Amino acid sequence: MAKTFTQEFTKGLWEEIAPFRLVLGLCPVLGVTTTVENGIGMGLATTFVLVFSNLLVASLRNIIPSKVRIACYIIIIATFVVVIELLMQAFTYPLFLKLGVFIPLIVVNCIVLGRAEAFASKNSISFSIADGLGIGIGFTLSLAALGAVRELIGANNLTLWTTPTSVIGLQEVFGANFEPFAFMVQAPGAFVCLGLMLCGMNLLGSK
Amino acid sequence: MGYMEILIGGIFVNNILLAQFLGNCPFLGTSKKMETAVGMAMAVVFVLVLAGVITWVLYAFFLVPYKLVYMRTIAFILVIASLVQFVEMFLKKSIPALYAGLGIFLPLITTNCAVFGACILNIDKELNFMKTLVQSTAYAVGFGLALILFAGVRERIILARVPKPLQDTSIGLVTAGILSLTFYAFKGMI
Repeated sequence: MAKTFTQEFTKGLWEEIAPFRLVLGLCPVLGVTTTVENGIGMGLATTFVLVFSNLLVASLRNIIPSKVRIACYIIIIATFVVVIELLMQAFTYPLFLKLGVFIPLIVVNCIVLGRAEAFASKNSISFSIADGLGIGIGFTLSLAALGAVRELIGANNLTLWTTPTSVIGLQEVFGANFEPFAFMVQAPGAFVCLGLMLCGMNLLGSK
Repeated sequence: MGYMEILIGGIFVNNILLAQFLGNCPFLGTSKKMETAVGMAMAVVFVLVLAGVITWVLYAFFLVPYKLVYMRTIAFILVIASLVQFVEMFLKKSIPALYAGLGIFLPLITTNCAVFGACILNIDKELNFMKTLVQSTAYAVGFGLALILFAGVRERIILARVPKPLQDTSIGLVTAGILSLTFYAFKGMI
């Protein structure tokens, strides 16, 4: 069954959308999504690591001995995580501070290792890049969606991006009299919100 | 910060699973049965404490003097991966009963973000050696406590009649939210 480049890309956006369908890599999903901005930043960082580790794993797939392949994948992934860590420290320092420990934690994100093992080690370079991009963007979208729900209800805001001088996004979406439901931006709200979103996905998918 | 404060803070207030969101994949994955939950909890307690101490030594005596701090992510993941491998071989040889008990959970720990995250957090907080030891123990005990509590609840949920779209992971997450809310009540303690 030959698949096209586009099919590999689009499957990550709905059919195999990472946090919901595969239920992998939940730590950043729950941990950083207090605002949309954090969700997008985290998603893009993960996408970067996914695409480049997929690229490298796919191009080295005939060289890496199968016995030590997991160790090799982890080193490849860790290298790109260090790259994105340093890049974010240099160019988006406030975001880097907000995401904190979750940036180095991309190393142990099951999605990245899972794609390297399940897809990139068996497919050609171009398909692996498409797969990495698709899964990465799907991951970013789900983080942004969860972040949007939590931030809207929990803080009454919708921040897309913060520059040193201004904030791009909406403030007080429901009007100034809306009392934010702070439960949503705190720890317990993350679990409940993701659980209910998963329930919604199941409802949509079962039709 | 006193030792008691770190201990109670690590177990209850900043519980690594329910307040810091680290190690959620095994939390949801191994909590369907009490047996697997106990196995995973024991394995994590064992490895997390060891890894916390070893990465601290590595950081303080090797990475800082040689100005290699930016390599911390790679260095730590390699240390944890080889530590897990080493612990596995050591247990197989000298304490076979414990090895049989931990079973498949040991190798899984390499990609457990609770272990890696706890090591990074210890370094970020600039704790000294003794405090690192106490903090790692507290995180590990907190992980075990939350996992075993959650497994107990989840075993009962299987018997309950849950609406179809909410089944399995979905209701699991909502339950975890309620458990997290209970732990939230400890916030006043420190």
